Amino acid sequence: MADLKMRIAKRAAKEFKDGDIANLGIGLPTMVANCLPEGVTIVLHSENGFTGLLGAPEKGQEDVDVINSGGAYVTYAPYGNFFGSEESFSIIRGGHVDATVLGAMEVDEKGNIANWIIPGKMVAGMGGAMDLVVGARKVIVAMLHTQKGAHKILKKCTLPLTAVGVVDMIITEMGVMEVTPEGIVLKELHPDYTLDDIKAATGCELIVSPDLKPMEEE
Amino acid sequence: MAGIQDGMTVMVGGFLGTGTPEILIDALVEKGVKHLTVIANDGGLPASVTGTTDRGVAKLLSAGMIDHIIASHVGMNPIIGKGMNDGTLKCTLVPQGSLAEKIRAAGAGLGGVLTPTGVGTIIADGKETLTIEGKEYLLELPLHADYALCRASICDKFGNFSCYKATKNFNHVMAMAADTVILGAEKVVEIGEVDVDTFTTAGVYVNYIVGGEQPWQI
Repeated sequence: MADLKMRIAKRAAKEFKDGDIANLGIGLPTMVANCLPEGVTIVLHSENGFTGLLGAPEKGQEDVDVINSGGAYVTYAPYGNFFGSEESFSIIRGGHVDATVLGAMEVDEKGNIANWIIPGKMVAGMGGAMDLVVGARKVIVAMLHTQKGAHKILKKCTLPLTAVGVVDMIITEMGVMEVTPEGIVLKELHPDYTLDDIKAATGCELIVSPDLKPMEEE
Repeated sequence: MAGIQDGMTVMVGGFLGTGTPEILIDALVEKGVKHLTVIANDGGLPASVTGTTDRGVAKLLSAGMIDHIIASHVGMNPIIGKGMNDGTLKCTLVPQGSLAEKIRAAGAGLGGVLTPTGVGTIIADGKETLTIEGKEYLLELPLHADYALCRASICDKFGNFSCYKATKNFNHVMAMAADTVILGAEKVVEIGEVDVDTFTTAGVYVNYIVGGEQPWQI
């Protein structure tokens, strides 16, 4: 499982070019920062209020005024900048974030995404997720293809939506897909799987790209 | 805290406790008012998460002082989910960027803000939408409070203040949006003692200053 997540993170990292501003979700998406190709440095935006987010400090070196959006102590780059929530989300909605990588409970062929609430279960709240997927220039969903076999890529989301028609790309352990006006186009297929495998694991039609490529590991 | 009465609406600055004025929260708990509506980013951090004591809004929740919390993310504090389930606590979830702008709108004398965030989701239920240049926006109305409890890293005796690094969060906009603003400050200096550009928020918003705010102890 950890290997599959690393595979997804490595592939997502290839979507960035040097100097991009990015916001990474918690969990698998955070791993993208450690998988960037050589020569590519991205500026991470932390939605609680700064750009230039870096990794965890050494134990004992924590600055109690510097946390990430998960509440963990983190560090920041010399080019970092701190601001209030009003400006943090202006940066997001205003289109100043090149891409966001985040997980999802469901995605559908219209690019709708559901990743904030399961009715009847304990409610966490959307936090910054709704603003982020609406505002980021490119929305990359990075997730395992199914939830223990249950479809997550659907014809129509069943859970309450986070946003409508915002997802650009879906990267899973099985392949790379783009959301287009015609539907979900399979661009890359991982060599461990056949076309039938990925179609069976997907809850909507997959349009196979005429120039389908193998999903690269490295 | 003398003016804060049962049933009032109180804004609390900060993000998961960072940037929250703990001495003001402690004083409010000691005063012991009830039935508050609290507007904050989140429900603070419970002792089960910090490993020591409740932090921020969590103290007000544990003391049973809140009837209604308006926040963007409440998943870190299980008291909120429990209170919602047994009907003792009302929780209104607002996307984080919209929350900041609703508060800012109240402070800036605006009748609301138009945001693309939440369009097509359950957040849009009962709200007006407007189409501007072909794009749909949600009308989010201003959020105002009787009191705001804000935290400053440094302030002068006029009330001009700044919040260092990731302690800014909602402190600036909340100072704009409440009838009475109480500032809990780590450092209080005389008027003219430091360079005027030290301060990012105008003292005209601030009514009371309380010194003695301490850095959070890990």
